[in-house]
Amino acid sequence: MSTAVAGTNYLNYPKGLKSWLFTLDHKRIGMLYFFSILFFFLVGGIFALLIRLELMTPGFTIMGPDTYNKVFTYHGTVMVFMVIIPMIPAAMGNFILPMMLGAKDVAFPRLNLASYYVYLFGAMVALATLFFKGVDTGWTFYAPYSTRTGSAAGMMVMAAFIMGFSSIFTGINFIATIHKLRAPGQTWTRLPLFLWALYATSVIQVLATPVLALTLVLLALERVFGIGIFDPALGGDPVLFQHFFWFYSHPAVYIMILPAMGVISEVITVFSRKNIFGYKAMAVATFGIALVAFIVWGHHMFVSGQSHTANFVFSFLTMFVAIPTGVKVFSWVATLYKGSISFYAPMLYALAFLFVFTIGGLTGVVLATLATDVHLTDTYYVVAHFHYVMVGGTLMAFMAAVHYWFPKFFGRMYAEAPARVSWFLIFLGFNVTFLPQFIAGSRGMPRRYYDYVPEFTWLNQLSTIGSWLIALGFVIAAVYLAYALFKGPKAPANPWNSRTLEWESESPPPVENFSHDPVVRHGPYDYHWEAK
Amino acid sequence: MSSPHQSSSSVEHHVAHHFKDGEHEFLTAKQGMWLFLLQEVLFFSPLFVGYFIFRHMYYHDFHVAAQQLDWVMGAVNTVILISSSFTMARAVSNAQKGKREETVEALLFTILFAFGFLVVKYLEYSHKIHAGTLPGHFFHDAELLKAAPHAPLFFTFYFAMTGLHAIHVIGGIGILIWILMRARRGEFGPKYFTPVELTGLYWHFVDLVWIYLFPLLYLVG
Repeated sequence: MSTAVAGTNYLNYPKGLKSWLFTLDHKRIGMLYFFSILFFFLVGGIFALLIRLELMTPGFTIMGPDTYNKVFTYHGTVMVFMVIIPMIPAAMGNFILPMMLGAKDVAFPRLNLASYYVYLFGAMVALATLFFKGVDTGWTFYAPYSTRTGSAAGMMVMAAFIMGFSSIFTGINFIATIHKLRAPGQTWTRLPLFLWALYATSVIQVLATPVLALTLVLLALERVFGIGIFDPALGGDPVLFQHFFWFYSHPAVYIMILPAMGVISEVITVFSRKNIFGYKAMAVATFGIALVAFIVWGHHMFVSGQSHTANFVFSFLTMFVAIPTGVKVFSWVATLYKGSISFYAPMLYALAFLFVFTIGGLTGVVLATLATDVHLTDTYYVVAHFHYVMVGGTLMAFMAAVHYWFPKFFGRMYAEAPARVSWFLIFLGFNVTFLPQFIAGSRGMPRRYYDYVPEFTWLNQLSTIGSWLIALGFVIAAVYLAYALFKGPKAPANPWNSRTLEWESESPPPVENFSHDPVVRHGPYDYHWEAK
Repeated sequence: MSSPHQSSSSVEHHVAHHFKDGEHEFLTAKQGMWLFLLQEVLFFSPLFVGYFIFRHMYYHDFHVAAQQLDWVMGAVNTVILISSSFTMARAVSNAQKGKREETVEALLFTILFAFGFLVVKYLEYSHKIHAGTLPGHFFHDAELLKAAPHAPLFFTFYFAMTGLHAIHVIGGIGILIWILMRARRGEFGPKYFTPVELTGLYWHFVDLVWIYLFPLLYLVG
């Protein structure tokens, strides 16, 4: 372990490529994740633009049906497994979690580095399938199609299997770190809500991911050897695959959204200069969502042929998700009330989150309702719903987090004016892209087709134009953030006057995170502590 | 070097920079291991759930197919694994006391038992390959297929469950050999025995999985 030398920070000490590739420093590993994820976000984004371009006009626009199947499969797989799942926990969390706790590192630094390389290896295997005829199953790999298709589905499920272990390792690491490495005074009730969110996320990562991992192994064995578990011809049951798959993949959507909610809690308090409304209710609600996550998977399978009793029970249980989620949304709004609000880029993204996530959440209730879901299953309504939650929710929160912690990560400030322009384009473009899909879906436009009836043309063209607005917004963000990375003005230690511990350290932090041993004497959002 | 029986660790262990002391490091590592084992339980769970579902669906076929297994072989392996858990526990307690020779000896016995388990498993597998009682498409025991059309599915679960368990045993042997070499170098003593303790937890878990597999596959039915 390198010891801190005066005037150095984690970015410039120690030097050399090797010191980065073999680093055990959680901050550097966080940055490795961050830039890898940005790359895969670009890849997944290009696939998204291709999808929208094909849907510009009915029938053949730029690709045929088989190519289209592959393009939407890669968009989904890349975005889910390589971008949204690790986006906030592995990139932001790795950097911020130990600093918020007042720790020098995560509990198991070597496991942390291993998790990064496991992730990278899995991602490489996934992208390598492009050179082996590609994959056309969709990201859900439903049997029996996935066990029979001639494409590289076997290789892709192994890639997801590998990346799953990266997720499990990160989860184990975070739980142990939160339990064992809190600074003196950092009690459970002083834990920032971002950490409560990462804790709940980690629990899901550790408990749900292994189920998917083994299921994918069984699917691969089914493809190679025909072992029969998911094959009705051999007495197996393809619906069992759906059960196992969603037992992971429903909680997985909370792996995506819970850390986002944590970010929003941090940003809203800082830029309202107010303590969070209902701290304990927020922490409990975080775990409430994680708990309910495990008992609602069947709502993805209302038309799969599972029993009516199961449908009824899963529909009923799913409604419970709305309660802790409602607690959160109302608490954020109550935090804004009478706060002194400043509209810097992180706050703009947080407010955008509140707006679009609420739409995503409420349409989720429509889909949880059995009768309406049967009508809406496999239509663009579902596509719009989960994009409102995953893009409108997680991606907006990620952008909030990137702007909020940018000064801490790199010791430099980004330019506020282009950030607002870019925010506006992304927010506007997002709604232009996905609002029409609610309308198209509720009128019966099915998902996963490269073609549609001419009546839906104007809605699809609107949606495609929206996708270009989003792309433009991200290009602008890439430009001004890259500029700030090298040429931005030097950031002070605490540019936003935040109260959480990571801001007590310099920007960027020294190798050992703090130049003194931190002691916590106040709550995470106690903005008027000095006045008392 | 001190006497082989009461030697404490002769190789100094450095506590990593982000822990207060050795105790702090040990407790954290142990919690990490428990979390890993929790993950392992869920990793095995689809196989158990699937087995229960299909056993319920094809009760008769699974009953007939299960009679093809030799419960004596299973029982022998159960005894072998429980013995290995005993020697593993001895290794942990000896490492804590800094008894180097005894630690190495107990680890050696654990490894031998593990190999013994695999030998019995090998005999069972080769018998099944010979008899054609294999998973899915590979099944070619026409007589059994007539009596129990879904017998292949039973053997899918038999091979998947015992196979995944055997992979864990093989992985365990690798870890045990590594721990044995470190113990021989005198790395463990009262102040530092974390790797031995964690390997012990893992090994008991592998044992415990078998304790469930044996009655489920060999005895029930």
